[in-house]
Amino acid sequence: QNIVPTPVKIDLINMLSETGLQVIEATSFVSPKWVPQMADHTEVMQGINKLPGISYPVLTPNLKGFQAAVAAGAKEVSIFGAASELFTKKNINCSIAESLERFDEVMTAARAASIPVRGYVSCVLGCPYEGKIPAAKVAEVSKKMYAMGCYEISLGDTIGVGTPGSMKEMLAAVMKEVPVGALAVHCHDTYGQALANILVALQMGVSVVDASVAGLGGCPYARGASGNVATEDLVYMLNGMGIHTGVDLQKLMDTGTFICNALNRRTNSKVSQASCRL
Amino acid sequence: QESQVSGLPEYIKIVEVGPRDGLQNETVIVPTDIKIELINRLSKTGLPAIEVTSFVSSKWVPQMADHKEVMRGIERHPGVQYPVLTPNLQGFHSAIAAGATEVSVFGAASESFTKMNINCSIEESMEKFEEVAKSARNMNIPVRGYVSCALGCPYEGNIIPAKVAEVSKRLYSIGCYEISLGDTIGVGTPGSMKRMLEAVMKEIPLNALAVHCHDTYGQALANILTAIQMGVAVVDSSVAGLGGCPYAKGATGNVATEDVIYMLNGLGINTGVNFYKVMEAGNFICTALNKKTNSKVAQAAFNTGTIN
Repeated sequence: QNIVPTPVKIDLINMLSETGLQVIEATSFVSPKWVPQMADHTEVMQGINKLPGISYPVLTPNLKGFQAAVAAGAKEVSIFGAASELFTKKNINCSIAESLERFDEVMTAARAASIPVRGYVSCVLGCPYEGKIPAAKVAEVSKKMYAMGCYEISLGDTIGVGTPGSMKEMLAAVMKEVPVGALAVHCHDTYGQALANILVALQMGVSVVDASVAGLGGCPYARGASGNVATEDLVYMLNGMGIHTGVDLQKLMDTGTFICNALNRRTNSKVSQASCRL
Repeated sequence: QESQVSGLPEYIKIVEVGPRDGLQNETVIVPTDIKIELINRLSKTGLPAIEVTSFVSSKWVPQMADHKEVMRGIERHPGVQYPVLTPNLQGFHSAIAAGATEVSVFGAASESFTKMNINCSIEESMEKFEEVAKSARNMNIPVRGYVSCALGCPYEGNIIPAKVAEVSKRLYSIGCYEISLGDTIGVGTPGSMKRMLEAVMKEIPLNALAVHCHDTYGQALANILTAIQMGVAVVDSSVAGLGGCPYAKGATGNVATEDVIYMLNGLGINTGVNFYKVMEAGNFICTALNKKTNSKVAQAAFNTGTIN
């Protein structure tokens, strides 16, 4: 909710770089008029330590943003699509088809610069405006973005309404169009379903999972409710399942503690909240 | 149909432990009339079993000192079970005198936990439970057995699945109709849940098993999903996620019934429970206790004014 000072952002990213995480989404090259919290995108991009072997993708909603990102040193970018027409209209004031045309400009420029592009699809398990979203629609948008050249498609349960049932159905449809090795899930924990949904995705062969340290980031559609799943809680589960992530949970927890202190807020990570000695 | 296709149980029995396990582990002592009101509201939701109170000495568990008044004061709806905890024969007789028609006994898969909790060994605790089970059998009173620390112990740390299987088998053999496997400190993950259930399922029939997951580390729903994928069809939960964790100050404990039902509904699994009525009961008790709900579904619904 509060705008975070640039040095704090840079410290956060630098700490995350020490945890073993291989991909850290650093900032967004979108106009500060729309997203004031990311107005310092150039300073952040230029201020962080870029460790070898770690990728620091940034959001680039259009060609202008892409160019600014590359000028600031970005080596990977992301574009944000959606499986809902209404959501796209409300968010970026155009249709899904028009948004894909805009992205195509970014794709062309990225290809020329040998910059990998990650594609996000929002509202894959439900839309705050349209409600239920057909799995076939998610598959259609994912397919288009993959065909345009995105190396990975991150499927986002934007309002966290999904359950293992809808996750399974959606993934089954998408996996007909996009190879599972190019898929990621981005689950929100607004209804407490995130880890169960992630578990189902893993069972179906997905091996890329998005998460946010300390569960930072509320849900703009349910004021006061939680949003992103906490990276600590995810890593705890994966560790317990014997799945290798390369992430040091203790360093991750320390990073979560840092950012929560800096923001003067409680963590959304249950693992962090539990201080049971085991 | 959806649940059949995916190999999950068609129906899952939810055992609501909020009024006992939940309220016992809340920081405030709840007035008797509030407890009774909560239980009466829960009785109208379709929940098939509601754990009402504990017939244990008020010296040890002051929060449950009003066990007789609660037992006698609640409405008894047909088709709903109202089990009560009875740690020993004395508690059992007291429960029956107050009108109980089902009882529970609480074992553990950890010697240290048993020692710290009830000051005896696992074997000694089983002898006490056997006395209860014998009397219960004579009176046709069903007995449910709990096994605490099934996925980890606050004192011993790791608990081996074979030990959980051994204790479960003992409880089943003395006559418990159902064994509820409890992740008492919530440290379990789908990995340890699977291993533990595999061991226990060698000794106990699937339809006699239940899971009682705590959400202290946020793992409860993933663990419950793992259990139901393995065929477990009885799940314990607590309205509004009542009941913190006594071993991790400030941390959460029981998984919220609302969140469990939301997941099961999404999976097309029948529970017989009216989701909205449970949310209302959760809202009632949180208002009465002046506390925030631990249910994420309730939090989201409260903030959007609707359920998606």
